[in-house]
Amino acid sequence: MTATRGSVRNALPLVPFFVFLVIFLIIPTLTVINGSVSTNGTYNLDKIRALGDSAALGALGKSVLLSAVTAVIGAVLGAVLSWLIVSSAPTSVFRRVVTSICSVLAQFGGVALAFAFIATIGYSGVLTNWFRTSSGIDLYGTGWLYSVTGLMLVYTYFQIPLMVIVFLPALEGLRVQWREAAVSLGATSRQYWTQVAGPLLAPAFLGATLLLFANSFAAYATAAALVSQGNPILPLMIRTAMTSEVVLGQAGFAYALAFEMIIVVAIIMVGYGLLVRRTSRWLR
Amino acid sequence: MSDRQGVSVDLNNLTRVYGSMRALDGFTLQIEPGEMVALLGPSGCGKTTALRILAGLDEPTSGSVSVAGKDLTSVPANKRDMGMVFQAYSLFPHMTVRDNVAFGLKLRGVDTAKRRARADAMLELVGLAVHADKYAHQLSGGQQQRVALARALAIEPSVLLLDEPLSALDAKVRVQLRDEIRRVQLEVGTTTLFVTHDQEEALAVADRVGVMSQGKLEQLAPPAVLYAEPATPFVAEFVGLNNKIPAAVVNGQAEVFGVRVPALAGSVEGAGTAMVRPETVTLTADEHGTATVASVAFLGPISRVHVTQPDGSIVTAQLASSTARAFAVGDRVRLGVEGAALLVV
Repeated sequence: MTATRGSVRNALPLVPFFVFLVIFLIIPTLTVINGSVSTNGTYNLDKIRALGDSAALGALGKSVLLSAVTAVIGAVLGAVLSWLIVSSAPTSVFRRVVTSICSVLAQFGGVALAFAFIATIGYSGVLTNWFRTSSGIDLYGTGWLYSVTGLMLVYTYFQIPLMVIVFLPALEGLRVQWREAAVSLGATSRQYWTQVAGPLLAPAFLGATLLLFANSFAAYATAAALVSQGNPILPLMIRTAMTSEVVLGQAGFAYALAFEMIIVVAIIMVGYGLLVRRTSRWLR
Repeated sequence: MSDRQGVSVDLNNLTRVYGSMRALDGFTLQIEPGEMVALLGPSGCGKTTALRILAGLDEPTSGSVSVAGKDLTSVPANKRDMGMVFQAYSLFPHMTVRDNVAFGLKLRGVDTAKRRARADAMLELVGLAVHADKYAHQLSGGQQQRVALARALAIEPSVLLLDEPLSALDAKVRVQLRDEIRRVQLEVGTTTLFVTHDQEEALAVADRVGVMSQGKLEQLAPPAVLYAEPATPFVAEFVGLNNKIPAAVVNGQAEVFGVRVPALAGSVEGAGTAMVRPETVTLTADEHGTATVASVAFLGPISRVHVTQPDGSIVTAQLASSTARAFAVGDRVRLGVEGAALLVV
């Protein structure tokens, strides 16, 4: 009885969090699921079937491509940057400055980021103009910045710092003793990396890559600010379905698209969770 | 277990400077083939630096390292053929215990069946054969260090290096593993350097103990000699307990508590301070004695009796508990000293 009362008392501070979770995660998710399988109170799979349309499949494909490419590029470059940070002295200016910058830039998305790229390499961007006048090179080209290719570049901007934030603890968890033990047993530097450090870091690296994938897959504001023509990716397609004045009654389809996104992100996050669980046992 | 003979190790005039700090300052040490030498000293005395230089994990500023007469000073760590056991947490967490032990053999291209057999034999040696398929996080600290020992020995190293391998363990496990390390070392006959800050550990396992201070070797001697005949005041103070008693040395004889005993080499002539081990202090009940029993601490088979002298200084005597039972707080006693020669500084 006393133990139960104690547990209740300990759980009290978490109540606001759970209320928040219910209002802003559970209810919206249930609403999305319900909306994707019902029309005016009647349950059917019409909108789920519509996910098989070529436009929806195309958007899904491009979203996956965009997320995969930016996740891989972000993961590789972020891992290299993380390694440079770990290799520097714990109190070095480089380490403090880079980690601080990464913490900020990982959250630097949306309109501000889109504008920064437009102002730099957009049609009248500073760099575009400079190249145009100094060497005749047309950086703007056919407007690639406003396509999926452009999104890949812009997304990478916040994917790399996010990778640093997520992957740095794993790299810092590599113990000096492991390297020294491997070396004293006869390992070369390459053997240490391929047989000890690599396998130890692989789950953390893959997990972080999945997180980057989910981060990119769910990003909306940057793409919305940059792409005004067409719906190349799922979040923009949802926007159009919800706000279109040309084709009414598409809100239900938006729910189905959102449901599709939830499933993809859920699968990715389960994979991330499993990998992080494994690596956290090794690298704590 | 192994037909391999130990090799000699020569650390010659090693100096290691980090910025303005001299971690090693002309450090010289010779280890005989098959011998276990313990380096003992306080934190920062340079003992770990010496071991790391021998392992090739650190480079000396000057001096040389030779093993079996071969100069290894410039040989990288992975080609030195040395097995090393670290303080803790050195097992590869993503490998099973067996794979950890077999790792060095795998690097040497030993085929799977042979390295598995060798790993199992090593695990048998340290009593962990039944845990071969477990991972490091499934073992206790003591078991992990046993595995680390098996891993270091699996490659049949020319030299075994132990860098405070027991310091992260609790007291009971320390004693068990300490004895086990010695048993295994005697069994395989590998020349071994054991670094520790724990004097009991060093005295219990090593053939010879080297006491270090400020990057230098103060004394290298068998444990009993080191304890009974400390060469320097630092060794006398660092190893074992000591009473500092005013004394006078005349013609090699020190007078302490009115008793004359031989003064050790290195003692001063004339007035000085004698380093007197508690177990050499004698107490005699005497109502006219000038000293008073201040406290009696029971430690099982022995007891420590603290006695206050007329000048207020405290002298500790270590007696068999059966003898100490005769003394109570407030008793008047007469102090004496017996047996061993003393260092007077």
